[in-house]
Amino acid sequence: MNFTWMAWTAPTALFFLTILLLLVGMSVWEYLVPGGSPRKGILQFETTRGDRLFISLLGSAFINLAWLGLVGPNLWWALALAVVYAVGVFRFV
Amino acid sequence: MEKTWNNKAWFLVLPVLVLVAFSAVIPLMTVVNYSVQDTFGNNEFFWAGTDWFSQILSSSRFWDALGRNLIFSFIILAIEIPLGIFIALNMPKHGIGVPVCLVLMALPLLIPWNVVGTIWQVFGRVDIGLLGHALEAIGVDYNYVRNPADAWATVILMDVWHWTSLVVLLCYAGLVSIPDAYYQAAKIDGASRWAVFRYIQLPKMKRVLLIAVLLRFMDSFMIYTEPFVVTGGGPGNSTTFLSIDLVKMAIGQFDLGPAAAMSIIYFLIILLMSWVFYTVMTSSDADA
Repeated sequence: MNFTWMAWTAPTALFFLTILLLLVGMSVWEYLVPGGSPRKGILQFETTRGDRLFISLLGSAFINLAWLGLVGPNLWWALALAVVYAVGVFRFV
Repeated sequence: MEKTWNNKAWFLVLPVLVLVAFSAVIPLMTVVNYSVQDTFGNNEFFWAGTDWFSQILSSSRFWDALGRNLIFSFIILAIEIPLGIFIALNMPKHGIGVPVCLVLMALPLLIPWNVVGTIWQVFGRVDIGLLGHALEAIGVDYNYVRNPADAWATVILMDVWHWTSLVVLLCYAGLVSIPDAYYQAAKIDGASRWAVFRYIQLPKMKRVLLIAVLLRFMDSFMIYTEPFVVTGGGPGNSTTFLSIDLVKMAIGQFDLGPAAAMSIIYFLIILLMSWVFYTVMTSSDADA
């Protein structure tokens, strides 16, 4: 099968591989601890760990976009901020 | 009751997963790949990194189109949701009026988008259109080709005409599912018409209203065909919404990299707004 029309690059492949690994990791977590660990955090509505992953990924995308628009094209600090944000979401949301 | 776990059920979900992969995941991956590269066709690509994202985020053209889109969606929701509820509340619940009203309500939904655009393009014309001609006859200076306010009014009116029925039908479905016992209890308590609406009908419609708000927000935020047919994004850029701008960029200018970057930002905004709507409405539902 020829996938050149998808215009793959190493960074985008790495990005999607990371997403895939996250989903696999979440599935394994769900298998080990079923039920999604629902709880009410600082946002005052119930979230499962899947919701928390979604909030983390969506927020990380906006953190990177905001950094790109307001600071500049070097996104390593934005990535670090996104990781801190994701840890915060999993801990407190 | 204890949940029954059966992993064979995954095989039943498999066709949907394959369908979603081909219709959404693979195209999305391709768009992400395009967004970090430049191409002049012939399947040749050059690495561009985050340049296209920076370009889009610093372009006033993008922010203007986004602003127009948000205002449009806000106006659409502000008109269609209350109007849909009002019509649904006043539709007959028994007798021959029910099928008549349902068919009438369903009619606009059956008309394809481009036909709706063509209908309103002709309808609003000052020379041959009924609306344009009638407004001119009573002395209203209306011309959607020349005046941005008229173009906006036409596009909004067209969307309201096309899609309020969907809200009506959803709300009506919610209303007819309310058992008569609720109304009887309200009558015994001497509840006013407003109290019946506020404490019986509105809570019972909450779920369908959530669907209506989500569908209308997503549809209005992604609107393309109707305004494109009626105004072509004009006069000037006054009705150029994000989708129209995106198509101009991708197909008109063949700037596939910037268009892909814009698509991703557009997608993220829709995802965020839909999630916010969904969360606010479902969490208030859980609290009730």
